[in-house]
Amino acid sequence: MKILVTAKRVPDPEQKVKFKGNTLDQSGVNWQLNQFDEYAVESALRLTENASSGNARNGEVIVVSLGPKDVQQQLRSTLAMGADRAILVDASDENLDSEIVARTVQKLVEQERPDLVLLGKLAADSEANDVGQRLAGYLGWPQATFACSIEVTDGGKALLVGREVDAGVETKKVTLPAVVTVDLRIVAPQAVKNGVTAATHAYADGPRYASLKGIMAAKKKTIADSSLAALGVAATVRAKVASVDAPPARKAGVKVASVEELVQKLHNEAKVI
Amino acid sequence: MGNVLVVLEQAQGQLRSASLPAISFGKKMAEAAGGKLMLAVIGSGVAKVAEEAAKFGAAEVLVVDDAKLQNYLAESYAPIVVHLTKEAQATVVGATATSVGKDLLPRVAALLDCAMVSDVTGVDGANKFRRPMMAGNVITHIETSTPTVVVTVRQTEFPPAAAGGAASTVKKVDAGNVDNCRAEFVSVASQKSERPDLTEAKVIVSGGRGMREGKNFEPLAALADLMGGAMGASRAACDAGMVPNDLQVGQTGKVVAPDLYFAVAISGAIQHLAGMKSSKVIVAINKDAEAPIFQVADYGLVTTWEKAIPELTAEVQKLKGK
Ligand SMILES: Cc1cc2nc3c(=O)[nH]c(=O)nc-3n(C[C@H](O)[C@H](O)[C@H](O)COP(=O)(O)OP(=O)(O)OC[C@H]3O[C@@H](n4cnc5c(N)ncnc54)[C@H](O)[C@@H]3O)c2cc1C
Ligand SMILES: Nc1ncnc2c1ncn2[C@@H]1O[C@H](COP(=O)(O)O)[C@@H](O)[C@H]1O
Repeated sequence: MKILVTAKRVPDPEQKVKFKGNTLDQSGVNWQLNQFDEYAVESALRLTENASSGNARNGEVIVVSLGPKDVQQQLRSTLAMGADRAILVDASDENLDSEIVARTVQKLVEQERPDLVLLGKLAADSEANDVGQRLAGYLGWPQATFACSIEVTDGGKALLVGREVDAGVETKKVTLPAVVTVDLRIVAPQAVKNGVTAATHAYADGPRYASLKGIMAAKKKTIADSSLAALGVAATVRAKVASVDAPPARKAGVKVASVEELVQKLHNEAKVI
Repeated sequence: MGNVLVVLEQAQGQLRSASLPAISFGKKMAEAAGGKLMLAVIGSGVAKVAEEAAKFGAAEVLVVDDAKLQNYLAESYAPIVVHLTKEAQATVVGATATSVGKDLLPRVAALLDCAMVSDVTGVDGANKFRRPMMAGNVITHIETSTPTVVVTVRQTEFPPAAAGGAASTVKKVDAGNVDNCRAEFVSVASQKSERPDLTEAKVIVSGGRGMREGKNFEPLAALADLMGGAMGASRAACDAGMVPNDLQVGQTGKVVAPDLYFAVAISGAIQHLAGMKSSKVIVAINKDAEAPIFQVADYGLVTTWEKAIPELTAEVQKLKGK
């Protein structure tokens, strides 16, 4: 299986957000790979290897990012995990919206002709949760969003995807080629079944760490450069961030000494019980 | 400006109450855009739902009723929404950001080739929207510049619409050629609960990793029931299998804003806070006085749940005269 995975760099979610007027102050930001995209890379690797036989490769994983040159660092880390090659499309976050990202990935899909595109379900900074669905719409491909499990079926022609929906877990079947966006639990030990690795195989929980060998190998893998212009994507932002500000702060709370005091306060002061 | 089309959801032949905030959004948008409010009902055997939808004062309810639309699929529903957008002469297409809304509307935006704003918390004009970003630590003001815009709205930020006003005209629209686009609904596994929906409950009692095992959630459930509330959990508690995943509150779980939220043995990671910070009153019960949850709690109690929950249950019982 040939898989295209998208990867975005985002500010470390643990870091305090700083403002500069009505924009974000990004000086001193620690950039990292969006967690959901790291999970997407892990899922792609699990789909294209035989974990019962020394992780023998059985397909190709190409990681794509839109961002500045520095994103090489995050892309290199996905190559160290085991991805085969990467493509970096030169862009800056201020000049992107979901539409441009999806259009760009669409162009790369048309060039690379993968069987599957795997994306994170959302980017931890924008939290738009729409690039994957938009891409599927542009391509006219089936989509399975919020995936918590993936099973290759029909002799490799389709996927059975478990989706985390409001009511519980929905199972949806998509015939390849398709777009899948991954949720948190896709990296559970037995969430991905590729039909080659023994069905009983259990991975360690979470995305894999790069091994020393992986890090060495990654140095020799290619990160191809591209641009919106080269791909023929119109770079007009049609959902523009006009300004940003901080949400209203919650007023400071109090510590109570006992359950009795708590209930009394909830009843008489807050009037919620 | 054109009209506003709000896509409603139904489950088992009933209008989902999760869609009511989107109707409120639609009314507001119709005023801002100077157009009419139109509602869309899509499914199989949904005549009752359309009747229900006609009670909210919209100009028209457009119904697409077709046996091939029995199960929701983004692939078959998106082209229908596009068709209805044209039928309704809408320049704004909206829905609540439920798991269906989030799955469907970006695909609609692609087919309409227009801008989309997701998880909107406020409207400042016909093309100006507010939405949270970075786990709720940033409010973004978005301006769109396409003739049509697609929007999903955060359920907790718009009031559920109330029935009233003149009954809407109900208009049947043909489904046309239903195309599943190589996708197939297989099944859904959900655990039935007698408790109110997390996203609609007035009181939520959530437990975290510190609860240690599933059976320890029983006293939390009893406390929730006593107050007519719902149960929630942190990711850690869901991942450990203590409770089902659909109880997860947070950035990647449900976003909730009850009158009263209890965070019990939850540390208060930013991803959790992102899903409950808009609650009116937050109570934290944690044995660690330094836990970040205390920074957002209106009332904090530093103790173990083992000690606090039985006492709390007894006190609430006393108060309720039970
Ligand atoms: C991409 C991503 C998305 C995420 N999305 C979400 C999300 O949507 N929702 C979410 O919740 N998390 C989410 N997380 C996980 C989040 O970062 C935290 O790991 C998680 O919220 C921690 O859960 P917790 O507070 O229950 O556990 P912990 O952080 O382990 O905290 C347990 C707490 O229990 C207390 N405790 C222990 N024993 C007792 C006792 N006997 N009595 C009282 N207190 C006790 C401890 O003092 C501690 O504060 C996400 C993470 C990532 C990376
Ligand atoms: N600049 C980008 N480069 C690569 N992938 C991206 C970019 N922006 C978004 N994506 C992908 O789209 C997913 C959903 O992002 P979003 O819709 O913005 O929440 C992310 O998890 C990424 O996989």
